[in-house]
Amino acid sequence: MEGHPATISAAPSRAGGIRLPGMGVGLGRGTVVLYLSLIVLLPLAAVVDESLSGGLGAFWSSVSGAESVAALKLTVISSLIVVAINAFFGTIIAWVLVRDEFPGKGAVNALIDLPFALPTIVAGLTLLTLYGSESPIGLDVAFTRVAIIVALCFITLPFVTRAVQPLLMEMDTEMEEAATSLGAGGFTVFRRIIFPNLLPGILAGVLLAFARALGEYGSLILISGNIPFKTEVSSVFIRSQIESGNVSGASAVSVVLLAISLALLVAVSLFARAGARG
Amino acid sequence: MTAKWGLRSLAFGYLGLLLIAPVGMIFYKTFEHGIGPPLDAMTSPDALHAIWLTLLMVAVAVPLNTVFGVGCALLLVRHRWKGNAIIDAVINLPFAISPIVIGLSLFLLYGDQGWFGPTLAEWGIEVLFSVPGMILASIFVSLPFVVRETVPVLQEIGTEQEQAASTLGANAWQTFWRITLPAIRWGVAYGVVLTVARVLGEFGAVTIVSGSISGQTQTLPLFVAKSFEQFNEQAAYAGAIVLALLALTTLLLMSVGGRKAHATKEGS
Repeated sequence: MEGHPATISAAPSRAGGIRLPGMGVGLGRGTVVLYLSLIVLLPLAAVVDESLSGGLGAFWSSVSGAESVAALKLTVISSLIVVAINAFFGTIIAWVLVRDEFPGKGAVNALIDLPFALPTIVAGLTLLTLYGSESPIGLDVAFTRVAIIVALCFITLPFVTRAVQPLLMEMDTEMEEAATSLGAGGFTVFRRIIFPNLLPGILAGVLLAFARALGEYGSLILISGNIPFKTEVSSVFIRSQIESGNVSGASAVSVVLLAISLALLVAVSLFARAGARG
Repeated sequence: MTAKWGLRSLAFGYLGLLLIAPVGMIFYKTFEHGIGPPLDAMTSPDALHAIWLTLLMVAVAVPLNTVFGVGCALLLVRHRWKGNAIIDAVINLPFAISPIVIGLSLFLLYGDQGWFGPTLAEWGIEVLFSVPGMILASIFVSLPFVVRETVPVLQEIGTEQEQAASTLGANAWQTFWRITLPAIRWGVAYGVVLTVARVLGEFGAVTIVSGSISGQTQTLPLFVAKSFEQFNEQAAYAGAIVLALLALTTLLLMSVGGRKAHATKEGS
């Protein structure tokens, strides 16, 4: 499944067992570290370096500028709303896909991954044809904050569903049956038994979806209108700063986004570890 | 009974409004006036070049990340090392970083005032606003998939068969080709499909490093955006349909590959 940075649990390793073909372990490690450094770490270091090129004062004034703050606020609040919506619908979809039987279930299940497979620019254009100015159903949300919510809901749709599905499949129906036979109503069964069992999955999905939504760019540019202070999210703001030549300002805001992403990754991995243990 | 129908309609309603109706709508918009206009739009020199460039990204980035991914997964799973936790964390980074930030990071390294840009320019190598930069961006964004999909399968299959093979005198390559690779192939394949999908559709990072010059540094997603911004909606829709068809193919492969990968895990 895409986008699940599950951490590697302590893997069984047998010393002196299998060698890496073609090269020794040391050389292999060296290659991996070099590849990761060249492709990922050095570029990111350049961003951090550039953000501090004018000193901490300049960094802070870039980050705390009115437009930057407005963009960051919009990004975080929209992402939170979207994650809440998809936690609700994602769980229901997972439920229907696991517990319900209907014709075409396999196709619907495959369709859930569409937002992962569909290029983000296509996602944006697709939503614009239905919810833009030429909307055939008279629902024009283009260039509003609602459009941002719709686009982010689209691209983060699979996360919660895919995290909850395996938990639902493993869950025994016995507990629910016992509760029902003891007189618990449908809602009580959900609140006391089903929901607590699914909560780790929902939270894991929510964290991943939140990280994805914070950095989203491609699906937003056509439909959001990118209006400063109104519909400009952080990634779009960074882009506009690069284009207007303020690269260190763009880097400063990037570092803030990076820091949030890193915190989320750490949360996901701690979470996965706790889940594996408990 | 009512609860069941209530949940069903909520699930289908949401999927319908968010996924199915918009995708259906764009197919309708594209073929509204028959197959001629989209076909014309996609056979223009710029469109053909964009398709070619997109395939080039896939042809370079996917094999590199596949070889790296399998090797890295073998190291992480089969060889305990203090640094593994750090490698594991770094591999996840591209999932969590905004594509725009990835683009900016490459811009800062390879731009004319970047860390490497001036030196490479002296050697006559242009990275930014040309194909190498776009390839680097594609590699960056799609780096985690093969590792992530291969690691759990490697953990599941264990090392007994590999050890048996090496006891019987197989060398490291023989063991890898005859034992390990066949056992992990569906996991790797699933990772490759995800990598292809990501590279095909990458937009944000490539936007920054490419300059999106028509007929030169424009991949298909960039072509779609540019066409739309220039009010050439027909070309934008046609390009989007090509990408959407590729995505649907990917989806089909994902659902097959995912099932097979899952079966490998269950079966062992």
